Amino acid sequence: MNFSELFKLSGLLCRFSPDGKCLASCVQHRLVVRDVSSLQVCQIYTCLDQIQYVEWSSDSLFILCAMYKRGIVQVWSLEQPDWHCKIDEGSAGLVASCWSPDGRHILNTTEFHLRITVWSLCTKSVSYIKYPKACHQGVAFTKDGRYMAVAERRDCKDFISIFVCSNWQLLRHFDTETQDLFGIEWAPNGCVLAAWDSCLEYKVLLYSLDGRLLSSYRAYEWPLGIKSVAWSPSSQFLAIGSFDEKVRILNHITWKKITEFEHPATVASKKTIVYKEVEKSPSVETERLSFPPTRELASSLFSTQSKYEISQVPVSLQYIKPVADRANPKVGVGMLAFSADNCFLATKNDNIPNAVWIWDIQRLKLLVVLEQLCTVQCFQWDPRQPRLALCTGNSRVYLWSPAGCMAVQVPGEGDFQIVSLSWHSSGDSMVLLSKDNLCVCYLEKEVI
Amino acid sequence: MGDWKAITVPVLSSDSKNIFQYTSERKRSPTSMNSQVLCLPLPSSKNMHSFYSAFCTEENIEQSISYIDRELTTLGFPSIYAESKGKELNLIAIINCMNELLALQHKNLRAQEEVEMQHLKLGSDMDHLQNCYAKLKEQLELSKREIIGLQERDRQLQCKNRNLHQLLKNEKDEVQKLQNIISSRATQYNHDMKRKEREYNKLKERLHQLVMNKKDKKTAMEVLNYVGRADGKRGAWRTDKTEARNEEEMYKVLLSDYEQRQSQLLVENAELKKVLQQMKKEIISLLPPQKQKPKERSEDALVLSDMEEDIGELNKENMWELSCETVREQLTNSIRKQWRMLKNHVEKLDNQVSRVHSGAWNEKDAISREDHELETEKLELEIQQCKEMIKTQQQLLQQQLTCDDDTTWLLQDCYLLEERERLQEEWRLFREQKRNFEKERKSFTEAAIRLGLERKAFEEDRGAWLKQQFLSMTADCKHSENVTTPSAFLRSKYLVQIMFLYSSDQDNQLVKSASWQRKPPSVLNGPVSAEPCQTSQYITHNSVESKKTAGDSMPNLWVESDDKEETE
Repeated sequence: MNFSELFKLSGLLCRFSPDGKCLASCVQHRLVVRDVSSLQVCQIYTCLDQIQYVEWSSDSLFILCAMYKRGIVQVWSLEQPDWHCKIDEGSAGLVASCWSPDGRHILNTTEFHLRITVWSLCTKSVSYIKYPKACHQGVAFTKDGRYMAVAERRDCKDFISIFVCSNWQLLRHFDTETQDLFGIEWAPNGCVLAAWDSCLEYKVLLYSLDGRLLSSYRAYEWPLGIKSVAWSPSSQFLAIGSFDEKVRILNHITWKKITEFEHPATVASKKTIVYKEVEKSPSVETERLSFPPTRELASSLFSTQSKYEISQVPVSLQYIKPVADRANPKVGVGMLAFSADNCFLATKNDNIPNAVWIWDIQRLKLLVVLEQLCTVQCFQWDPRQPRLALCTGNSRVYLWSPAGCMAVQVPGEGDFQIVSLSWHSSGDSMVLLSKDNLCVCYLEKEVI
Repeated sequence: MGDWKAITVPVLSSDSKNIFQYTSERKRSPTSMNSQVLCLPLPSSKNMHSFYSAFCTEENIEQSISYIDRELTTLGFPSIYAESKGKELNLIAIINCMNELLALQHKNLRAQEEVEMQHLKLGSDMDHLQNCYAKLKEQLELSKREIIGLQERDRQLQCKNRNLHQLLKNEKDEVQKLQNIISSRATQYNHDMKRKEREYNKLKERLHQLVMNKKDKKTAMEVLNYVGRADGKRGAWRTDKTEARNEEEMYKVLLSDYEQRQSQLLVENAELKKVLQQMKKEIISLLPPQKQKPKERSEDALVLSDMEEDIGELNKENMWELSCETVREQLTNSIRKQWRMLKNHVEKLDNQVSRVHSGAWNEKDAISREDHELETEKLELEIQQCKEMIKTQQQLLQQQLTCDDDTTWLLQDCYLLEERERLQEEWRLFREQKRNFEKERKSFTEAAIRLGLERKAFEEDRGAWLKQQFLSMTADCKHSENVTTPSAFLRSKYLVQIMFLYSSDQDNQLVKSASWQRKPPSVLNGPVSAEPCQTSQYITHNSVESKKTAGDSMPNLWVESDDKEETE
């Protein structure tokens, strides 16, 4: 594994381009575009204000930079650096901005979620979508980019509108049986839309593309409900993580639960492997010590190495009892991700924050538990292979694959506390983000 | 119980055999009291005469009187004789004594009556007490039983109490849980409501701002030039036709997805059906075909025929048409039937095996199934091995028999060649060893010769030195008269040594543990045999070898050249 040097970053805004050739990162009000393999700067664009959101268009030709405070979106072209485009929402304000799947329209959500304005880069036309819902995931595009689903709320009732992305025509409009719609997500095959209620009510509704309700699932009635939802890449399974620390898997034929995965504080099953991160005491060669100590030496002395050890089952994990009288308690399954080959599911139970649970979907059993020393901040599957990368807020990146797992220290001086990471679309590299810096990590082909 | 007490009175005269017997009666009381009551019945008047005449007769008057006198005196009455040692009777005394005796008798009778009365009273008291005791015992039994009953009831009530407590606890727990849920929901509601209120406030402020602000910032987009569409085509107007087309496309997408899913399911279905049919066939093959009773055979036959029909039917129909309900049911039903039959069969086998185990066979003779299987496996392996051996042997034999003359000769030649080569190798080794031995022997003899020469030289030297010493000492002695005794002593010691050395020299054998000194002769001051000196032995490898091979004990060879120099 090779690590690049650290580059400046602000706001965790760093994205690979969809075609995998470039890497865009933001430093305050500047947008820096680099080449992925050499990390040389291709372009630098300067925006009018501090950038709060960056997104590549789907054909990797344009980048949008949104500045919410000023209510401005600026679009830059990679082919023609001189080309510029500025969208000013004026007094309407701006809270969110994104590309449409064809890469030629920009959807701006104005303040207070008054409306969604669809700006076109090809024509002078503007479209408006009224009454969008201010919820966690209100707009969803299908994977092939044909349809867009928008959650709406009128007269204290929830609705979903389906639009055709090519001409922004309304296809379907139907109401949902939810109390307070929290999120919507298309299945990867683009034919089923999952909509779920807020955490006060455990309800998942499945709609077909033409607006028919296919099925509704409710696991229990009163305690806090759904926390996270994920579709499997083949659209066969829908994983629902809830506040009762369980994940329930629905199948796409009957839309009934086929299994539930529990996350107890004690792992007792004999077939599960538990990898525990332990610290290795650093070995210092006395000959290398010099006075005054160099910065690298100092950092290497104080940064401890760590490695994985296999713990004997039964293992009891560190369990944090949530504070009883706070809203959105840190309980339940908050992070869910399927691997790209549909074989594994990685979950994180928020009241066992140091552990990542990896489930084998073919056998519907718990395969591996990774127990870290610090709270797991972020994990992501490799888009090509069944390989999981995770970070826990220190300067190490951890990789797991069915062959084993390893902890890699990012070389360099001092403080690089990784809070987020993101894979390249080819699976050969990934970018590690901390609050102020970014580092690109290149993986060899046969690393694990 | 009835004790007869007999008191024998001492015989008065030898000729009277009157034994005065007191008969005593014992009153039988209901309780087993061992009190004896002596009852002296008054003799009846009928017996009185005989009674009185029995004691005193004409003949023994004197004796009886004296006896009576004696008795009275022992009882404390005065003597009935008038004067002591006289035969005159004091009539007054006699009458007084009789009166006293009568009074005594009355008193005794009265006492007896009293005692009897007492006895009766006590008896009745005892009866009464015994009755009371029996009654009390019964009461005690009753009350004990009551207590047990009450305890049992108490225990049951305690149990019930505990159960009710447990139920109460459960209910309380549930209530608590529900309360927790309610409280968490309430906090969530509050949080949401606060958020909404904050947003509402912001809206109000913005509205206020907007109303106040005259100059409104226009919403606009400025772009250098418009970009072409991603797919290169021109934009289209929105019309009804486009709407219809959108609908069409949407349905197409859905339909294609459904078709894909259906085809997947069909493929899965077909595979599963194939698997089921295979299973069915295998189950049929597992079931024992012939060894059945006629009834079972008929059943089997029926089923078999049934199944054949099924198979025929199923094979006739096309795989893709197997989705109709009845055929599917038929398939599953037939498989279930087969499975049940197989299960029964296996159960029967199990029963047989268990019967065999627990039946006529002796415990020792019975071999468990596993052992049997192990044995069969072992035997099979053995058979396999034997077969292989036989095969190889056969091959070899065939080779031997069927190969031509040429080949046999060749083979023999080969063997001979091999042997010859081996022999040659051995000869070579042997010759080498011989050569080595020769070399060693030569070196050994040379060394021996050298040793002889050395020794001779050494002896000569020693002799010369000693002579010199002796002469010098004698010369000293002559010159200086202050030679202390130690030196004379030394001299004599030296003489002794010389004698010793010469004698040993004559044997021509070096002492094995000789402590020769390498140092110059001046150091030979210290006696060789008395004090331990530095021992240095030079044993060469060859010499040891030759020693061993020669077979006789050879002296150690001093091969050190510097030694030679020193001695020379």
